[in-house]
Amino acid sequence: MSAGKASTAHTPKRILVLGATSGIAEACIRSWAERGDMLYLVGRTASKVGVVVDDARVRGAAFVDSAVADLDDTAAHPQLLAHAINSLGGLDVAFVAMGTMGEQAQSERSFDAADAVLHNNFIAPASLLTWLANYCAQRHTGTLAVISSVAGERGRKSNYVYGSAKAGLTAFLSGLRNRIDREGVRVLTILPGPVKTAMTESMKGSEKFADVNKVAATIVGAIDKGGDVLYVPGIWKIIMGVIKLIPESVFKKLSLGAE
Amino acid sequence: MVYPWSMPATDDLQFPPAFTSETEPAFTGKAPLESWGRYPNYNANVVSLHWQGDYPRVIDGVHHGVLPVGLGRSYGDVGLLKDGTLVKTTAMNRLLAFDAETGVLTAESGISLAEILDFSVPRGFFLPVTPGTKYVTLGGAIANDVHGKNHEGAGSFGNHVPAFELVRSDGTRLLCTPTENPDFYAATIGGMGLTGLISWAQLRLKPIASRLIDYEGIQFHGIDEFIAIKKQYANVEYTVAWLDCVSTGRNFARGVYMLGEHAKEPGELKSSPEPKLVFPIDAPAFALNKLSITAFNTLFFHKQIKSHVKTQQDYEPFFYPLDKVLHWNRMYGKRGLVQFQFALPWETSKEGTIAMLQEITKSGLASFLAVLKTFGDVPSLGMMSFPMPGFMFALDFPIKPGITMPLMQRLGDMTKEYGGRLYSAKDACMTPDQFQAFYPQWEKFARFKDPAITSSFWERVVGASFTGRSVRTVGR
Repeated sequence: MSAGKASTAHTPKRILVLGATSGIAEACIRSWAERGDMLYLVGRTASKVGVVVDDARVRGAAFVDSAVADLDDTAAHPQLLAHAINSLGGLDVAFVAMGTMGEQAQSERSFDAADAVLHNNFIAPASLLTWLANYCAQRHTGTLAVISSVAGERGRKSNYVYGSAKAGLTAFLSGLRNRIDREGVRVLTILPGPVKTAMTESMKGSEKFADVNKVAATIVGAIDKGGDVLYVPGIWKIIMGVIKLIPESVFKKLSLGAE
Repeated sequence: MVYPWSMPATDDLQFPPAFTSETEPAFTGKAPLESWGRYPNYNANVVSLHWQGDYPRVIDGVHHGVLPVGLGRSYGDVGLLKDGTLVKTTAMNRLLAFDAETGVLTAESGISLAEILDFSVPRGFFLPVTPGTKYVTLGGAIANDVHGKNHEGAGSFGNHVPAFELVRSDGTRLLCTPTENPDFYAATIGGMGLTGLISWAQLRLKPIASRLIDYEGIQFHGIDEFIAIKKQYANVEYTVAWLDCVSTGRNFARGVYMLGEHAKEPGELKSSPEPKLVFPIDAPAFALNKLSITAFNTLFFHKQIKSHVKTQQDYEPFFYPLDKVLHWNRMYGKRGLVQFQFALPWETSKEGTIAMLQEITKSGLASFLAVLKTFGDVPSLGMMSFPMPGFMFALDFPIKPGITMPLMQRLGDMTKEYGGRLYSAKDACMTPDQFQAFYPQWEKFARFKDPAITSSFWERVVGASFTGRSVRTVGR
């Protein structure tokens, strides 16, 4: 039944979404809203955040608040997070879904472009997670679910700048998990393969990418059930397992372009 | 900063400004696009619109015109634009407001009717009017002012749309209601997407108590019996007839009259499961021939063994029997199909329908699916809406070289002679002469057309070519 909060015995979760207008985040927000969770949504563009908030309210979220913020601005993170957690009255799940692919060619030509990609995909999430991890560790509760990428599993010529930022993020999450798991805080690393969203639309073969709603259902389920690392769709665990085994001397001759 | 030693060898490369995450690259993919009938199909750029605010950026600098499109369920070329840019709205599918008291839902225009039902049925609401597929968008349903089996009582889709926002290519945003910008309101309902982008719209849903439909199926032989049943069951909400247009002689125009009403007693209100069947491949050209179609028709007629059946069924098979098989249009193979859908005024309904059925029999072409129903006299709110009180008849024809097109031509002319009209959303064959006779108000409508927007249909039936500024109408 998807009749919303009234018909389910679901205890509402307090969920903070950072990067709420990303395709994957929006799909997750819809299912959380449909089961009556409490949401605090953060995105960069007011008009986009506005309609995502409306959609969540209409679908039956028990509570929706939002902020428009540039998450690249790490100096503003503590205040933003404090405001969000106060508004939710606590925190059960923080979902970090920010990220931008950038354009590899541009990143190769100009470090300013590469810097923006590295910052948005690694530095800024690392800052958010530092604050969130400390908050949760103090209280011995909470789940930090973070979208990294299979692109971070091995550097490839087609997207190594984005990939290296995600590799950094994956390593950061792995270390963080080992630090705070004993404090009762769960860290879930989400490694999506290519998913059909606005971010990947211009990529070759995007019509064959995974359906965002199915990916979101898997993510929402994993956040509920627990787990450390989630490849989604699951086939990417096998694909990346194989790709990681290829010796570099061979790998550099393969032109694994599109992902 | 760009240092000289990092510059690529080709020095004519333009260095774009440093990447800012604010500007996601707009997608421009070239794709051969076909609509539901798979005829015609044209190359076009397809740009996906994810956010209402992206529209001006997405169409900026576009040549050869723009056309907002939804799920591509129109049969012919109202949703196509040869060498132009199609702005696909399906990613813009958010719910914006819902009033459980009045049933008024506000949503972005790219939401599908299937998505609306997923939301509304568990809450006890149904679409006020639904076409035979739920895989159309809210915007598309308005733009074609679609109708359903309840036209007699409910009118067409636009009758249940109290307001929407129209975004023009110059950036103007118009709130359209029957009283605010009433001309744009009327021109956009049934306006084939030509008046601008519908960014969001309101739809007045209606309460239901159950998923179930109280169903009655009655066999009939001939148009007179059809009319007699229609009169006898005038108060039933949903009515439609399937007609066997292959059989001749004693079985000429036999069919099954299908009646339905939402069950009154409270029942289950869960949403529908995803369809699992997909028509997997293009059928070979010979798959649909007179023999297989005759067999199908005989089976359909005798599917109900008794001449009169009363039962309850789920709304899915009642409203959307073909949605069970995704891509059923592949059954017609690569050549595709054309649909012929006409409305005739009461005075000529019977005579005209029989004459056209005979014309079809004479051609040797068989229609796999023929649907006959009646339009009521609730006036449509759209300037270019299709319904008129009288008979509505729809037939699908496989495309057979040398046969199908001449037949369509003759049937179009007959429709004109009988004072009826054809449905743009289903059409691939109307001539400018026919269109302008069916829709004499087209010149008034053209004044509300967005200068940046056009479609292959419009250029075909108005004889215009896109000039980049406005359409020059060189027709009559």
